[in-house]
Amino acid sequence: MNAARRAVLLVLAALAGCSSVEPWVKPYERQNFADVIMAAERDPVSTAYIDHVYEAREGARGALGGHGGGCGCN
Amino acid sequence: MRARTNSFVLLAAVIAAAVHPALAAVLPDDRADALYHRYEGGGVTVDGPSLLVRKKLGEKYSVAANYYMDFVSSASIDVVTQASPYREQRRQASLGFDMLNGRTQYSVAYTNSDENDYTANTASLDVSQSLFGDLTTLSFGFSRAWDDVSKRGDPGFHETVDRWSYRLGASQILTPRLTMGLSLETISDQGYLNNPYRSARYLDPDVAAGYAWEPEVYPSTRTSTAVSLDGRYFVWYRAAVHGMYRYFTDTWGVGANTVRVGYTHPLGDRWILEAAYRWYDQSAADFYSDLFPREDSQNFVGRDKELSTFQSQMVTFGATWQLPPLRWGGLERTTVNLFYDHALYDYADFRDIPKGGAPGTEPLYHFSADVLRLFFSAWF
Repeated sequence: MNAARRAVLLVLAALAGCSSVEPWVKPYERQNFADVIMAAERDPVSTAYIDHVYEAREGARGALGGHGGGCGCN
Repeated sequence: MRARTNSFVLLAAVIAAAVHPALAAVLPDDRADALYHRYEGGGVTVDGPSLLVRKKLGEKYSVAANYYMDFVSSASIDVVTQASPYREQRRQASLGFDMLNGRTQYSVAYTNSDENDYTANTASLDVSQSLFGDLTTLSFGFSRAWDDVSKRGDPGFHETVDRWSYRLGASQILTPRLTMGLSLETISDQGYLNNPYRSARYLDPDVAAGYAWEPEVYPSTRTSTAVSLDGRYFVWYRAAVHGMYRYFTDTWGVGANTVRVGYTHPLGDRWILEAAYRWYDQSAADFYSDLFPREDSQNFVGRDKELSTFQSQMVTFGATWQLPPLRWGGLERTTVNLFYDHALYDYADFRDIPKGGAPGTEPLYHFSADVLRLFFSAWF
């Protein structure tokens, strides 16, 4: 069995294992994430605007977190 | 456009991202937002409205539309040293569509941005998938943009830019109080990437000032990679602590670090207060210089301060007030929000020419900026 086949089998085994992963944070333990203060992007229009301010003044771009956005533009 | 160059175009897909949902397996809420934004700093004032409406169509579909405007008045340091103050407008419209299929969410969006010398069109596709009992969300996305660049006063000038963006993301609920996310995004540009109005400065002993200007010349391609890690923690007395770090690098030699930490604190049932601090630093592009030794000294020359070595710091204060229940229009909840940001920018190799001095010895440039976001939100 060559290395590529072993790698594929390893990935398949890992995925098969993942399918049986039990959620370690139970649904009844997730009420904190339903709180509005835990929202990664509470107000999308406001977040989009301030992200634009950053990118207009800085050389960096992309991977802004939260919405996983970015722009495909300079 | 002028000194602000195509940076306005960034908002196109940022807004496109705004019309995207944040998490898989749940369609975004029906809501409407009306925002007034204002930026003032470095001789530049930009203000205008942004309107967003999102509405579900049945259980599986959702549409979103955004309309955004900038009214620009600029007398920035670039404009003062190389041109004349100006005013202009930019209009942008975005339309997004989401579809939920089991634990998978598909999102497409299209954005058009138009100003008198720059037009940008961006299309994007994003897919996200919930796994492991919704503890994990994986996402990937792709954007394609087509820009047309023109130049006021030069009807024969027409250039184009093509852009591609690829992104991967993962978010994970780690404990009943902690969630974290990892994002990776690569963006490639090809075409006319510099600003047709901006010039580079070089030493010229034959003129009284000791320096002269030549048109900027940028490489016609750029590829950047950014990776970020963010987290949010629920504090036992009901508050949230959040943070983010981003590392950035590109083929122009720019490297940057971004750190943001924040704290969100509710007061009773109607108020949410927020404070945050953001640090940013970057190294200059390989072809950037405040003062080149002579004309045509190298293939590529640029003097855009956004490509120089600098650092910035920003503090943010925000307040959200939930209005008492309204008895009309089917509104479930309404809020009034005010966010204020104050930023400082300190440049390490961009000089303040109007302050005077021999070429290359002028004081280093720095400025502060104030940003205001005032908006009304309604859920229905």
